[in-house]
Amino acid sequence: MRKVDEIRALFPILDRKVEGKDLVYFDNAATSQRPRSVLDLQQELCSRSNANIHRAVHTLSMEATEAYEKGRDAVRDFLGAESREEIILTSGTTASINLVAHCFAAAGFLKNGDKVLLSAAEHHSNIVPWQIACQATGAGLKVLEVEPDGTIDLQKFSDSLTDDVKMVAVAHVSNILGVVNPVKQMVAVAHSKGIPVLVDGAQGVTHLKVDVTDIDCDFYAFSGHKIYAPTGIGVLYGKKEWLEKLPPYMGGGDMVESVSFEKTVYADLPLKFEAGTANYVAAACLRPALEIAGELASDAAVATHEKELMAAMESALGSINGVKVAGIDAPERIPLYSFTIEGVHPLDAAMLIDKMGVALRSGHMCAEPIVRRLTGGSSMLRASLMPYNTVGEVEVFARALARVVIMLRQ
Amino acid sequence: MKTIAEIENEIIDEFSVFDEWLDKYEYLIDLGKEMPLVEESDKNDTNIIEGCQSRVWLTCTEECGRLHFKADSDAIITKGIISLLVRVFEGQTPEDILAADLGFIDAIGLKDNLSPTRAGGLAAMIKKIRAFAAAYSGKED
Repeated sequence: MRKVDEIRALFPILDRKVEGKDLVYFDNAATSQRPRSVLDLQQELCSRSNANIHRAVHTLSMEATEAYEKGRDAVRDFLGAESREEIILTSGTTASINLVAHCFAAAGFLKNGDKVLLSAAEHHSNIVPWQIACQATGAGLKVLEVEPDGTIDLQKFSDSLTDDVKMVAVAHVSNILGVVNPVKQMVAVAHSKGIPVLVDGAQGVTHLKVDVTDIDCDFYAFSGHKIYAPTGIGVLYGKKEWLEKLPPYMGGGDMVESVSFEKTVYADLPLKFEAGTANYVAAACLRPALEIAGELASDAAVATHEKELMAAMESALGSINGVKVAGIDAPERIPLYSFTIEGVHPLDAAMLIDKMGVALRSGHMCAEPIVRRLTGGSSMLRASLMPYNTVGEVEVFARALARVVIMLRQ
Repeated sequence: MKTIAEIENEIIDEFSVFDEWLDKYEYLIDLGKEMPLVEESDKNDTNIIEGCQSRVWLTCTEECGRLHFKADSDAIITKGIISLLVRVFEGQTPEDILAADLGFIDAIGLKDNLSPTRAGGLAAMIKKIRAFAAAYSGKED
């Protein structure tokens, strides 16, 4: 049982001030902050064990390799994967999805006339890689609309899985709607028709207890920096049978068994997909980051705290006239709120509230299609919270937002 | 008529009374509200500067060798900032506009808004003003 003060104490950056005011960091869906344990390990590895991994037999290299592989093991435990060979370390969610989209097409699983089914609420990282794969193969995208409350209707999903659909790619939680999608049920439906499913977990891992074996998805992607780890490291979980069927993505060092000019033998999983020098420091930091994430995700007190945060956010946003929050009526959601304010441009609001110490995101949040569907324009505001945020911060946010609206409303 | 440098100095003096950022923004918002707007019929693809998060429209006309600007934006702080630019450049010659260094933007603390990644698109707007000036002066910018 952790109190929010104890959680906050783990994150040094939360003490900083912006424009002389206590920082209220509500842009966690873009990137989360790093705990002391992660910062310390980064420092320790760089100042003590910095050497390229998997190659040399000297002490530093072996220490760095061990730290890297411990990062992989931490991911395996965190996701509940069956084996560590199913955990590919990438540079982030974007790289993970590009890997699957490219290799899936290259292996011939996507052909002329085939379809990739996406939800209407995907962010660009789960749209553009598939568009590129479709351009290369003559396949096309099929878009499943979301319901007015932001949820996915399982019957409509099932009906959309026509024979030409060869892959389903869907967010665990949309970065605009904050709504939890029923991925386990979706996977069951898709599998009953023989269609594999990639779950984009960029926003899912941060607030939900994720078990890929339970979800039974074929691929699951997420980024380290959204879950307390450094930037430049990400994860692709793939079922072994799929990872074995897919060809390598990039060629280079570390992904080979033997190389000659006539023939190259690729390394076994997981290194087959890890060409080149990995970001081994960031990968190692996945261990302390996911330890904290796992601890927080299974702490009942934290769950209660998050419910309080969500109730406070809903009442704060509800108290301002003309505020419209996307996906607010969905039964299962995370503390992520994308909203518009009548008569107020999101860019103005974000610039102004920053000067009051509150960090919000504005714009299309790299999910232009759903933002256009929701607003008719290309801009919203977004507040996204983590367990280290407090109800007191929500109150500061509410006061600041009320003042912003008075100053800006035309 | 005042020179560009003189108007820049006026703006720097005006902003020097504000200690707080919020007061600066409040002033920019008021400025944005006063600016001569672009006619709705002129808000077309030719006059738009598409930023990542906000849109800016800019028109330029020439009379007796001097340029006249009207600008508008859907974001009001952006509008306030561009109103300062319009004020500095209004009625100036293309040559003077091309020679201006616009040091006031840094001096009043709005330099962040000039970065190419900044959503407001101020940098793109200055580029467009200079392109107008270059076209009217017959020189390449």
